[in-house]
Amino acid sequence: MATEVSRPSSRRAPRQQIGLIEWLRKNLFSTWYNVIITLVLLYVIFQAVTSFVSWMITAPGWPAAFTNIKLLLTWTYPVEHLWRPQAVTGLVFLLLGLSSGVWGGIVRMVTFGAAAISAGLGVVAFTFPDLPGQTSLPGWLFLFLCAGLLIGSDQLALRLRDRIRWPLIIAWLLSYPAAIVILRGGFGLPVVETKLWGGLMLTLLLAISGIVLSFPLGVLLALGRRSTLPVIRMFCVLYIELIRGVPLVTVLFMGALLLPLFLPGGESIDALVRAIVAITLFSAAYLAENVRGGLQSIPKGQIEAARALGLNVFQTTLLITLPQALRAVVPVLVGQFIALFKDTSLVVIIGLVDLLGAAQNIVGQPQWLGTPGGVWRETFLVIAAIYWVFSFTMSRISKRIEDQIARSRH
Amino acid sequence: MRKHIILVLAGILSFVLAACGGQAQQAPTTAPAQPATTAPEQPTAAPAPTAAPAATSAPAGGTSAQPAAGGVIERILSRGRLICGVNNNPLPGFASVDSAGVYRGFDIDFCRAVAAALFDDPTKIDFRPLSAQERFTALQSGEIDVLIRNSTWTLGRDGALGLDWAPTTFYDGQGMMVRKDSGIETLEDMNGATICVQTGTTTELNLADQFRARGLTFTPVVFPDGDSTRAAYDAGQCDGFTTDKSGLISSLTLLSNPGDHKILDVTMSKEPLGPAVRQGDPQWFDAVRWIVFATFQAEEYGITSQNLDQFLNSDVPEIRRFLGLEGELGAGIGLPNDFAVRIIRHVGNYAEIYNRNLGPDTPFNLPRGLNALYTDGGLLYSPPFR
Repeated sequence: MATEVSRPSSRRAPRQQIGLIEWLRKNLFSTWYNVIITLVLLYVIFQAVTSFVSWMITAPGWPAAFTNIKLLLTWTYPVEHLWRPQAVTGLVFLLLGLSSGVWGGIVRMVTFGAAAISAGLGVVAFTFPDLPGQTSLPGWLFLFLCAGLLIGSDQLALRLRDRIRWPLIIAWLLSYPAAIVILRGGFGLPVVETKLWGGLMLTLLLAISGIVLSFPLGVLLALGRRSTLPVIRMFCVLYIELIRGVPLVTVLFMGALLLPLFLPGGESIDALVRAIVAITLFSAAYLAENVRGGLQSIPKGQIEAARALGLNVFQTTLLITLPQALRAVVPVLVGQFIALFKDTSLVVIIGLVDLLGAAQNIVGQPQWLGTPGGVWRETFLVIAAIYWVFSFTMSRISKRIEDQIARSRH
Repeated sequence: MRKHIILVLAGILSFVLAACGGQAQQAPTTAPAQPATTAPEQPTAAPAPTAAPAATSAPAGGTSAQPAAGGVIERILSRGRLICGVNNNPLPGFASVDSAGVYRGFDIDFCRAVAAALFDDPTKIDFRPLSAQERFTALQSGEIDVLIRNSTWTLGRDGALGLDWAPTTFYDGQGMMVRKDSGIETLEDMNGATICVQTGTTTELNLADQFRARGLTFTPVVFPDGDSTRAAYDAGQCDGFTTDKSGLISSLTLLSNPGDHKILDVTMSKEPLGPAVRQGDPQWFDAVRWIVFATFQAEEYGITSQNLDQFLNSDVPEIRRFLGLEGELGAGIGLPNDFAVRIIRHVGNYAEIYNRNLGPDTPFNLPRGLNALYTDGGLLYSPPFR
């Protein structure tokens, strides 16, 4: 009975409930000049929204993006090999769906989001043109299959759960080289050279490669900068400060133009590899500084306690400091990855054609010359939407991780 | 402590220098047929231009039609594909990719002509999109075989960059865009007109020179960059808009109603655009040069991809020589004797290339102007094929 009595004390403070009209009156129409400001702004917003929507509906340039969807997604990747990017997408979605079933939470949110987008695009994809000589699945069928694959593998993994946890982690680690092999060929598959790659495929590849490869390098640099060995520390400081003092464009130019002059047989190094190397080196320097911030936020007592328990330096770093440091800087790292994803559009200046480059090309196709106003507004809006979907997904993931960390601290 | 840092810095620097030096020495031994060997020749490349005519004027000396050993042609043939540097920024009509992922355009067709001459197959070609900044470096480092990327031939580039320019395929120049309903046909009709022009460019100076030479007055409306210049013209602030003709064509796509505008048939400056190759292989330079000439000559003879088969039965000696039915004309430049036939069959003569990409049936409808045969008052002139 006593416990019942103590209950009300933990109730939250009552929220003030006000009706819609009361809220409007209080916030928007409180004084005569607020009424005028509200009305004027409402008119402006209404005008802007209606004219934008009516432009969206009547704009003549939408066919440019849709008829060139193949260019936007894969650029000049051979039509007869288009099944390979599809296979890679399928592989990633399969792993994503399985992970969603095993871990749930954020992963499930992303999975269901991807499934919804796939299904939605699948409906739109009925309007996409069939490509001559296409041997891959038609766009709409592929997208519906993707949505089904995501949901199906999620349900499958719900039953298996713990049994596939470790195989799944290993599969994720192997998926990156596997995707490269599927896209590029080799091991019996005909080779599709990287100079034919482009569009969204290239953008994602550059971003993911940059993120995946710069992460270990950045962590090593951060640890090296805090090392007590002067040579390692000096090298890391020198590297980080050198790269951070130079714009990404310069690093890309270095990779694209100077590297072939230094190395024998300039043709031998792939242009895409050069871009990936430049982006990775650049991103690693910034990542190192972010991780160092996390490392410095850990109280010294933790390290001393670990040493007192008999852990050596490696164990202390791997088990005590690094996990906490990385957890602390997750939001910053995701912010950096979003920036990296968008920065990849700079590769246009070294002759790689990413999503932005493909869009620029579409705008320059002669057949749109007769379209009043050109097609650049519609085309660039489409790629802006594509960029937004990916960046927004990443920022949502970061938000969820942040929330989880905040909850685990209480 | 400071002494320490300087010591470490010096150590790292010397290490890096040593590493670089080591690589530079290795280069010639590891890659004999690669750019590294020709790089040292560049400072002493002065005899190259004199060697080139010698090679063409004495085809009788070399009886075999084989390309020179270790030359660019041999490298391309053994690779099985031509690597052609093209524009990565789409220039409508000159280079862009269509919705099926196929490169199309005026520059692209000349890449295809080179591939057709070498392989009898215009698809054996890798396009390497290049930005304006990296185009010449890519050529110098041997990453591409030939650069066909609307690059202006100037003395500075020809000399200082170690490049050789094949004959001009497109005589670009400053042009003038006006509204169709303005009734303007020539520059003389523009007396007293307001003209949108980008400030600080040679374009602005050319405009003033051209109008003064004709005794005309005009009001310049200047802008710091190309986009705002175009936007101002589009908004009706000016009667005319001037920049390079190829630039006018591409800005046409961005105007709010492209069909209302036209480009006048006047050229106010010299911008010769043509294929460029790296200095150091005269045979390859000759091959590209004569491939371009072959498209001119085919137009002059009236040989097109349609009527080629009739000409193959011709009895006229000069046509038989041109088509490789007689003589060994290709041998001296490392090409098969029928290279002109291959070009015409797969790509066409100059007129076909021009009309396909820029001519009356395209949205551009650009008059030939200087890009007509010398017999029609243009500048296209091929030396004799004999």
